[in-house]
Amino acid sequence: MGTGKLLEVKLERDRGGVLEFVLRTPGVGPALALVVAIVVFSLTTSTFLAVDNLSLVIEQSLVVATMALGQTLVILTAGIDLANAATTVLATLLMSKLALSSGGGVGALLAGFALAAAIGGVAGSLVTRVKLPPFIVTLGLLTIVTAVGRIYSRGQSVRVTDPVLGFLGTRQFLFGRIEITYGMPVALGMFVLLWYALTRTAWGRHVYAIGNEPEAARLSGIHVPRTVLSVYLIAGLVYGVAAWQALGRVPNADPNAYQTGNLDSITAVVLGGTSLFGGRGSVFGTLVGALIVAVLRSGLTQAGIDDLYQDVATGVLVIAAVAVDRFSRTTRQR
Amino acid sequence: MERCSRFAMALTMALAAFGCTKERTGGDTAPAAGGSASAEAKPPARAKVGLVTKTDSNPFFVTLREAARAEAGKLGADFVALAGKFDGDNDGQVTAIENLVQQGVTTILITPNSSTGVLGAIKKARDKQVLVIALDTETDPPSAVDATFATDNTAAGRNQGAYVKAALGAKAPDLIMLDGTPGSSVDTQRHTGFLQGIGMADGDAHIRGRQSVNGDQNKAQQSMENLLQRSPKINAVYTLNEPTARGANVALKAKGLADSVVVGSIDGGCQGVQDVKEGKYAVTVMQFPKKMAELGVDAAVEFAKSGKKPSGFQDTGSMVITDKPVAGVESKDTAWGLENCWK
Repeated sequence: MGTGKLLEVKLERDRGGVLEFVLRTPGVGPALALVVAIVVFSLTTSTFLAVDNLSLVIEQSLVVATMALGQTLVILTAGIDLANAATTVLATLLMSKLALSSGGGVGALLAGFALAAAIGGVAGSLVTRVKLPPFIVTLGLLTIVTAVGRIYSRGQSVRVTDPVLGFLGTRQFLFGRIEITYGMPVALGMFVLLWYALTRTAWGRHVYAIGNEPEAARLSGIHVPRTVLSVYLIAGLVYGVAAWQALGRVPNADPNAYQTGNLDSITAVVLGGTSLFGGRGSVFGTLVGALIVAVLRSGLTQAGIDDLYQDVATGVLVIAAVAVDRFSRTTRQR
Repeated sequence: MERCSRFAMALTMALAAFGCTKERTGGDTAPAAGGSASAEAKPPARAKVGLVTKTDSNPFFVTLREAARAEAGKLGADFVALAGKFDGDNDGQVTAIENLVQQGVTTILITPNSSTGVLGAIKKARDKQVLVIALDTETDPPSAVDATFATDNTAAGRNQGAYVKAALGAKAPDLIMLDGTPGSSVDTQRHTGFLQGIGMADGDAHIRGRQSVNGDQNKAQQSMENLLQRSPKINAVYTLNEPTARGANVALKAKGLADSVVVGSIDGGCQGVQDVKEGKYAVTVMQFPKKMAELGVDAAVEFAKSGKKPSGFQDTGSMVITDKPVAGVESKDTAWGLENCWK
């Protein structure tokens, strides 16, 4: 074929231009939606666009954003994690009870991380060794882990006084006005780490490959079970950090907390443009997705909208996001 | 081309949705006074009341919310209602408090999900000169809020226990207890009060069974069925609230025990009073959420006008409702109950 035809194809592509770019690049669409929401709320309310409010919105999204980072890894392998919030809650209970009885915050924190990673390991083993569907495995674990948390805590919430456990809720002022908690840089650090691992290492390429087509991944020499197991282990560890975030935000480990955390994290992942069918998405999108939920909640509250309508708005956005995902898939396949 | 136009349509719709948002704002609430950040000694003239309930869906909190809204409308105060998503949603309540403070409310009325979980956010709100009043549920310590307007749940439980004891007469009680959510202060207070009223102690051999059913009718029925299977010879049942009592009634009826067992409950919802009238259970102890809400909004308006803050615990009272009155326990009949119940 001649160069003329090639040029034609190129032109045909370029006609899409910006729109094509938005639809093809995961995370860009959600980021645009986030900007639109911020602009709209800044124009329609007098209280939304304030430095202290914007930092507050970020703080409000941290726990779910962290749980959603782990969820993103699992979903990239075409799995789903229904037990993530239960794991987070159990870790908060273990951390706070250990800190109360031993007085050692650091040890308690590490024990919580280890527990969360271990639960991830159990999930990963069941998925890879016994070959059970992730939905079933994590559904079972959700029930078990929640019950263990209630048994272990005797249904009582545990107060947190240890400074190490509350560290991520400690406030600092930057440039005099911008109030942040230490939870923010920790979440950002994790995001950068996972972003690097997913986009710049062989492990990350394997994760995407498995999510796209596990059989092809296996045939091309990727050790699928080992990679998937590592994903669940790392996700578990991330939920351990989410537990630390949660104790910073509410210094009270409550066995009944975050009952909708698994769905909230899936919401953030989906709003962030990660495909529930695996193989496509980014942790950047997930952070944006978590922010969109927090911005909506804050902005609609400033606007005086009843919070049931806020849930309606979030639901509409989730469906719209998946619709865009489908739409962009067909665009890609053209 | 087609792709383009579809995308444009979606965008237009999204913007239209946000447009509605703006309209609603204009219609619903007066423009924010703006001076939210400046916390001078001079009190704001117009009250702006934020209510944070445990959940959106529980009829008790719906009544509380609507009564507060009505009272705010009557007194010319702005009103915003937010809620946690479920019992135990501390994070959701903290977020709600933060967003209300950001919006510049002068008073926050809150039914805390956990008596300790939201104290940090409450402190931040009070530091910004926002008046915070706990409704229905106390904080621990109670001094974490400016004031508490609530049912004395221990007293309400004690009344239920005293009634059941009197109704049993000379018979020694053989009791099943259907509790709420372990760890919640309301649950503990009612449970303790009931045992005081009936004159027993935790661990008594005549407590034939107890289970936590989270105030859920289905769980209550299931638990009651299982407990009856184990110990069919009972004559008294404690229930945390009316849905629990309804569940217990279904299980008792199936065993033919509905008439021989005295079942007591607490809450005073209209359906509960109707149940008592129909004989599903003997007694309920009525709470007054409307009164809590109205007292809260009144205090908020007073604070905005004069800067005067309420303090301490104010008991909004409770009343024993039954059609079979017993000696020594003050009660009203179901006719009175139906006039004063909450929806």
